[in-house]
Amino acid sequence: MVVIKPTLTKLFKRCKEIPSSILKTMQVSSNPAQSAASVRELSKLYGSFAALKRVTCSFPAGGFHVLLGPNGAGKSTLLRAIAGLITPTSGRVEVFGAAPQDVCSRMAYMSHAPMLYEELTAMENLRYFSRLASPGANCDCAGSPEMALRAVGLDPHLTRPVSQFSQGMRQRVSMARALVGDPELLLLDEPFSNMDAAGARELVALLLDFCTWPLPSTPDGAPRTGRTVIVTTHQFELVADSAATVVRMRAGTIVAEQPAEITARIPDGVSAA
Amino acid sequence: MIYIRTVWLHLKKDLYLEWRSRDAIAGMLFFTLLVAVVFAMAFDPTGYPTLARQMSGGLLWVGLLFASTTAMNISWERERRNQVLDAHRMSASAPSALFLGKALANLVFVTAVELVLAPVFAVFYNLHPLGEAKLLWVVLPLGTWAIVVNGTFFAALGLRSRNRELMLPVILFPLSIPALLAVTQATTGIITGDFEPGMWIRLIVGFDVIFTTACLLLFGTVLHAE
Repeated sequence: MVVIKPTLTKLFKRCKEIPSSILKTMQVSSNPAQSAASVRELSKLYGSFAALKRVTCSFPAGGFHVLLGPNGAGKSTLLRAIAGLITPTSGRVEVFGAAPQDVCSRMAYMSHAPMLYEELTAMENLRYFSRLASPGANCDCAGSPEMALRAVGLDPHLTRPVSQFSQGMRQRVSMARALVGDPELLLLDEPFSNMDAAGARELVALLLDFCTWPLPSTPDGAPRTGRTVIVTTHQFELVADSAATVVRMRAGTIVAEQPAEITARIPDGVSAA
Repeated sequence: MIYIRTVWLHLKKDLYLEWRSRDAIAGMLFFTLLVAVVFAMAFDPTGYPTLARQMSGGLLWVGLLFASTTAMNISWERERRNQVLDAHRMSASAPSALFLGKALANLVFVTAVELVLAPVFAVFYNLHPLGEAKLLWVVLPLGTWAIVVNGTFFAALGLRSRNRELMLPVILFPLSIPALLAVTQATTGIITGDFEPGMWIRLIVGFDVIFTTACLLLFGTVLHAE
């Protein structure tokens, strides 16, 4: 965040106005205690290829955040590192102030692949994953698989197995699978890639709505900050109006981290300071 | 209680997946029946009844061991396809519950094949046990579990390797030699009635206890390995 600050200051001068919401975002994201996820000096090597090169950034708790960048920029690797699915070569990842593996029950991840059993129906998949998310629950309604399916615009009574679904439908079921665990942090890797324009817009609306869903209070009674969504996408125009923070990546590094309204005004973003 | 419920959840899911696809059982059954028929034709067991008795136990278990590798690979392939394994890696439930559920499901599949195969062997090789036949009810499940628990674990271990179909037999067969020796000897002892299978049964029990414990303890590491 400290590295990014001069870049943002320059950018504000170019825009000739500094919205107060941007300053708030900067203050929140520079405080690790308020971050949903933060990475420090994160590097990931696959053999001699560096997928991530000393990446430092943080995503404030509550709100809709976007990771932008071309193919091979390291967006998916960064998201998988936050999800705890890859071990960094060096650096640190914190989710809600802890190691990702310690808070896996508070987050959900949706990858390019649907992460579903092809032989089962959408409802059977969701029942299984909702019970897995809350193994102590006694009833079928744990995690409300039916509501999750309705939320993504699918009929819960579909009796076809997932193998007979189109790519777009699979992606919707996959989104429902991510939602059914009632996560605080939702990590979505290219969630709009197989969807038509209308479907993608509906999904964005759902995700924005998700950010406002109430969270249970902490054991000491204090309210939680809010739900957080981190999305990787190429289709920035879909999320330009909704994103609180936009992180631009290129060749395994972060080239800019800025509030979305600035990015929307300057489509190419800014290069690293 | 939650742990048992999670194991049941995984077991039920695997049984359901197999019921829908029938990949594992059909493949195993076809292979083992083929082994029984081919060896029956090659050795003419009716002409050499003593030799048939001595060989049938080994044939049965080698056939089952070879066939079960198909089931193990298929059971993990379902988790690898569509990256479902990542969902398990992010799950709050115990990794060993996933392993145990899958091993129990594989036990059901291999046992189902055994139930078809045993009468076929008895007919083709003209067998009727000369030893204590009821001991077969102890040896068969213990031997099957020995194959299944190791096979499930090593199939998971080789899941991310490129030649996983080849990797499993290469790792599993050498490690299964003590179990295979014990279970073959115990079965031969029961069928021929030449010797007491007690020592061999104790060896299978020891093998099962050691490998089940080790697999349950190590599975978390295997699941979360990249």
